[in-house]
Amino acid sequence: MLYSEKVMDHFKNPRNLGTMDNPDAVGEVGNAKCGDIMRIYLKIDGDIISDVKFITFGCGSAIAASSMATEMIKGKPISEALQLSNKAVVEALDGLPAHKVHCSVLAEEAVKAAVKDYYDKNGISYDAAQFAECEGGCAHCGDHE
Amino acid sequence: MLNNQETPVIYVDNSATTRMSQTAVAAMLPYMDKLYGNPSSLHSVGQQAAECLAEARATIAGLLDCTPAEIYFTSGGSESDNQAILSAAAIGERKGKKHIISTAIEHHAVLHTLKKLQKRGFEVTLLDVSAEGMVTAGQVADAIRPDTCLVSVMFANNEIGTVQPIAEIGAVCKEKGVLFHTDAVQAVGHVPVSVKAAQADFLALSAHKFHGPKGIGVLYARKGLPLVNLIEGGAQERGKRAGTENIPAIMGMAAAMKEACENLEANMAKMQALRDRLIEGLSVIPHSTLNGHPEKRLPNNVHFCFEGIEGESLLLLLDDKGICASSGSACTSGSLDPSHVLLAIGRPHEVAHGSLRLSLSEENTPEEIEYIIKAVPEVVNYLRQISPIWHDLQEGKKDHVI
Repeated sequence: MLYSEKVMDHFKNPRNLGTMDNPDAVGEVGNAKCGDIMRIYLKIDGDIISDVKFITFGCGSAIAASSMATEMIKGKPISEALQLSNKAVVEALDGLPAHKVHCSVLAEEAVKAAVKDYYDKNGISYDAAQFAECEGGCAHCGDHE
Repeated sequence: MLNNQETPVIYVDNSATTRMSQTAVAAMLPYMDKLYGNPSSLHSVGQQAAECLAEARATIAGLLDCTPAEIYFTSGGSESDNQAILSAAAIGERKGKKHIISTAIEHHAVLHTLKKLQKRGFEVTLLDVSAEGMVTAGQVADAIRPDTCLVSVMFANNEIGTVQPIAEIGAVCKEKGVLFHTDAVQAVGHVPVSVKAAQADFLALSAHKFHGPKGIGVLYARKGLPLVNLIEGGAQERGKRAGTENIPAIMGMAAAMKEACENLEANMAKMQALRDRLIEGLSVIPHSTLNGHPEKRLPNNVHFCFEGIEGESLLLLLDDKGICASSGSACTSGSLDPSHVLLAIGRPHEVAHGSLRLSLSEENTPEEIEYIIKAVPEVVNYLRQISPIWHDLQEGKKDHVI
């Protein structure tokens, strides 16, 4: 099988799927041309992510990675969500095929984009280095045109 | 057939491969244990195999409208395409002709071989196709130059099913004295194919596309055309393709091809009816579009793009419902770019990602077609509900492309 049972479970039964009314923050990453877009909605109480939702355009592993990432940050402090790495998402999914690792990178970036949106909306200052662009470490990075 | 969930499997990926027919299986079996000889051996066991090999060659030659001496057994369509193109290039090179014409929608077996030749100094013109995936004989005629040594145009496209005007293109090549190769992998056994009618100098076919075994195919090369060896060794296939012949597979291929060609008209009529019902049923999905030519298409090919969704997740969810299909999305190809065929017919990247190919066989039933017509819109609708692109389209933040 291409995907682990965990990936298939999160793909077929995504957790925290859907949109959110009046979210405190929204993060969207990816582009249609490349074939995957993730949008993550956050509800934040104090510094705790009290609720999270997502919608994703993409392949099975993109949907599974979004689902897993939302599970991993739900109920956590923002500071902890910012520590979420794509490697942790891959591990939690019991691995992804090499050419699908970029899906986990997108999930990490989507979480960060949502937190950044929250900081921006609320005038909270932050270290821009925390939201550095991706390092271009994916196997297919730069293949596009 | 049952999968893990014990859901009956509806197999509609026959352009990827087909189930072997019982006729083909039965034709192979004796050559595994009873008639196991090597046709190159002088003893009676070997010579018996040699006779069977000759018979299979004659059968296939008859079905393709050529002589047995023009049939070379290979490992399949890719090898046949490689050998045809490299051989034509070698013939051209000797005359100082190093220009090749092909199309933007060829199989990678052709495109990658052409790339290899480009590195060796050949110039390649890839003809654009129409929005329906067609090239015309006029386009070919206009592209032919004094230094053109080969025109290579596929008989029918493996993704969108468009059938090219092969006889007209063959006639243009003949008139201009340029060699003509056609990759007929998706055509043989599905639509009438004759190398005489096509005026082809080379033709590639593969057995597992018409209910024969995998790993076996044919290169037709017109008499007198020297072939370049891809595999060196013994004198099999008149010294042009070394290696002991895969007799069981060759016998299975000959039997499958005979069966497919004998039942061609009945199968075409049956599949066309199923195909047209399927196209009609899926066309009601909003913001969807049929890819390929509406009439000049393979009788078994249905190919759609659905806006706002991605093909791999569509395939996985259809598989969950027992439907085995295929897509031209990037995620199914292992690259970042979607199908070169869909891009060539003008589909933008974001639409090409949401493609679905359903390729039928004569074994499919009307009930299966109705099940697919019910299942696909459900899955497309679900994926659209969870797609940020679809939300943007619905909210008017983005314009629909299809």
